[in-house]
Amino acid sequence: MTSGRLLAFVIALATVALVVVGTVWPFQSALAMAGAAGSGADRLRPSSSPQAAVENLAGEIARRDWDTAYANLANKNEFTETDFIRDLAGSYPSLRTHASLDSFDVRPQHASADDAQVRLNLRWSTVVGTFLDTRDLRVTKSGDRWGVVWPLVKEPHVPPQVIAVNYLRWDVIYRGAEDDWGAQDVESPHVRIVDMHPVERAGGVVILGELLNEDVVPAFVTVKATLLAKDGSPIVTEDSFDKISHVLLPRQVTPFLIEFHNIALSEVDSVHMQPSSTLIAASADPVIEIEDQHLNPGPQPSLTGKLLNQSGQVVNVAHVLGTFYDNTGQLIWVSDGYVERALVPETPVSFAVSIPPDIASKVKTERAVTTIYSSNRFQ
Amino acid sequence: MKSRLTLLLGGLIWVASALLALAQTSLHLPRTVEAGAAFSIQSAGSGKAVLYIVGPAQVLRRDVQLGETISFAAGDLHNAGHYLVVLVGSSTETGAFDVTAAHQPTALSFIAKPSRLPVDLHDGISGVAYVFDTFQNLVLQPTQVSFQLSGVAGVPQTRTVSTRNGVAWTKLDSASKEGAAQFTAQVGGVADKRVIQQVPGEPCRLRMNVRASGQRLELETEPVRDCSGNAVPDGTIVTFTEIYNGGEATVDVPLKRGVAKTEMPAYHGATISVATGVVMGNEIHWGRE
Repeated sequence: MTSGRLLAFVIALATVALVVVGTVWPFQSALAMAGAAGSGADRLRPSSSPQAAVENLAGEIARRDWDTAYANLANKNEFTETDFIRDLAGSYPSLRTHASLDSFDVRPQHASADDAQVRLNLRWSTVVGTFLDTRDLRVTKSGDRWGVVWPLVKEPHVPPQVIAVNYLRWDVIYRGAEDDWGAQDVESPHVRIVDMHPVERAGGVVILGELLNEDVVPAFVTVKATLLAKDGSPIVTEDSFDKISHVLLPRQVTPFLIEFHNIALSEVDSVHMQPSSTLIAASADPVIEIEDQHLNPGPQPSLTGKLLNQSGQVVNVAHVLGTFYDNTGQLIWVSDGYVERALVPETPVSFAVSIPPDIASKVKTERAVTTIYSSNRFQ
Repeated sequence: MKSRLTLLLGGLIWVASALLALAQTSLHLPRTVEAGAAFSIQSAGSGKAVLYIVGPAQVLRRDVQLGETISFAAGDLHNAGHYLVVLVGSSTETGAFDVTAAHQPTALSFIAKPSRLPVDLHDGISGVAYVFDTFQNLVLQPTQVSFQLSGVAGVPQTRTVSTRNGVAWTKLDSASKEGAAQFTAQVGGVADKRVIQQVPGEPCRLRMNVRASGQRLELETEPVRDCSGNAVPDGTIVTFTEIYNGGEATVDVPLKRGVAKTEMPAYHGATISVATGVVMGNEIHWGRE
């Protein structure tokens, strides 16, 4: 009883101490983030050093206080505030548009009396995860104040033009309530798993595979897998969530990856795969070319490349799935990544898909596919 | 002890009177009645009573004069099944009879599967027909059902099958030519039709051609057809892959007007391949003699 009270007293004391420490000596990134909900600008340090100037700017970006952020830039005469906002939030609706700044860190590179180089890592949070936006900033001193020279990334503007597209789409009329019970509904697309491998990894089981739409109509596909024990009883069921391209056009192949945590492969006797497909209305456009694909070894291996929208329609969100094979042609890994900027017509946008380092050394070939979302796709 | 004897005696009297009532049943019921047909029940005795006919999804109640014939008009009973008759008067009488489906089929429910399948598939199409009378009772007597599959070309396939327990079924091959086939089931003068979409099969031969266009290559397939010569439908994805020194480019292109075409960067010594689904096409080595 006495020890319990003592523990409660210690926890309360530690909590108070941490609150005091956090208030008196706040972490600048956290301070800026906290300021997002209120008048955090008042609590930021004056821009009396290169680091403070960049931290203040990051805080203003976090609060989407574009006016203040733009006003404090050292090179605001080079571009408009609209250009600055478009750089950070995107010119067209995209993941950037709806992202919020999760955190940032500032890394001084080198500094002189009136000039400094600082790296700013902005970690943006989106519905599909976080993405990192790294900017190498030059910070200059003017009087007793430091100001950031913002390296504007200007999204290319597509000149007015007409791009002719033979628009191809499928519409579906489903069975209605007035139909006779014998009148069958439209047939679900026929899909087939053409490859499947269970592998043990990081204390769990991962199922890798590829799914083919072997029909002549578009399909919305999902893949579920159930691990079965030696006595035939199900251990656990999972699905591929977003590690798959859910919309498959005729004869299109998607990789899929299903993760099971905290399961040893030795516990698994067999795997029950459940691919499912639904006929959906879909469009065959826009067509996206994936060019300049390179496998990059190193401590953080990745597949990089560029997406080129060959159509005349803006793609708001693009998702890239990389399928990796070893020298025998066996599928060994599936990775994915989102592109945070919109794909405007005929304008390449870079992407990167990370590969686990132990897998990267075995990768001989790869195949990338992309799945896209356009807000005006069905208009 | 005395009360137990009284209870036992009372029970015996009740059972005996019930048996007596059954033995004196004066209802003359038909064994079977065709659904929707008129019929009658002959009662005996005198006085008034109430007649109940209870069956699947239907109950009739009539005030009757015992000793008279109780008539039911056509359509009074229309659901096939087993019916219980209870006559409640000075005593209660019970009986039962069956209502059977009409012999003449007047309706058909036809299930054809699948609604879409590749050409040239043996026994790929199944048809199941359920035969009903006017009142949607399943006609259990064997009935001849004619199935016919007529495509866009060729001789129609026809099968005549007898129903078993009201159901007839068959399997037919899909045609070698793509198009919408009419699948008809007919019994007597009643027919029902379904549309079966016969679609091209796997692409049989996939070939592409390439030509330079500035810094880009224009790639275009020849018209893509299946092994029966049917054009593979527009929208089918064709994947072009270009592998060059240390890099790769891919693009998934839908067939439009029978061909897939796209542009890719021109790299000297690049190998360009084409595929659709699991079918590989030709390979082109660009810039090599």
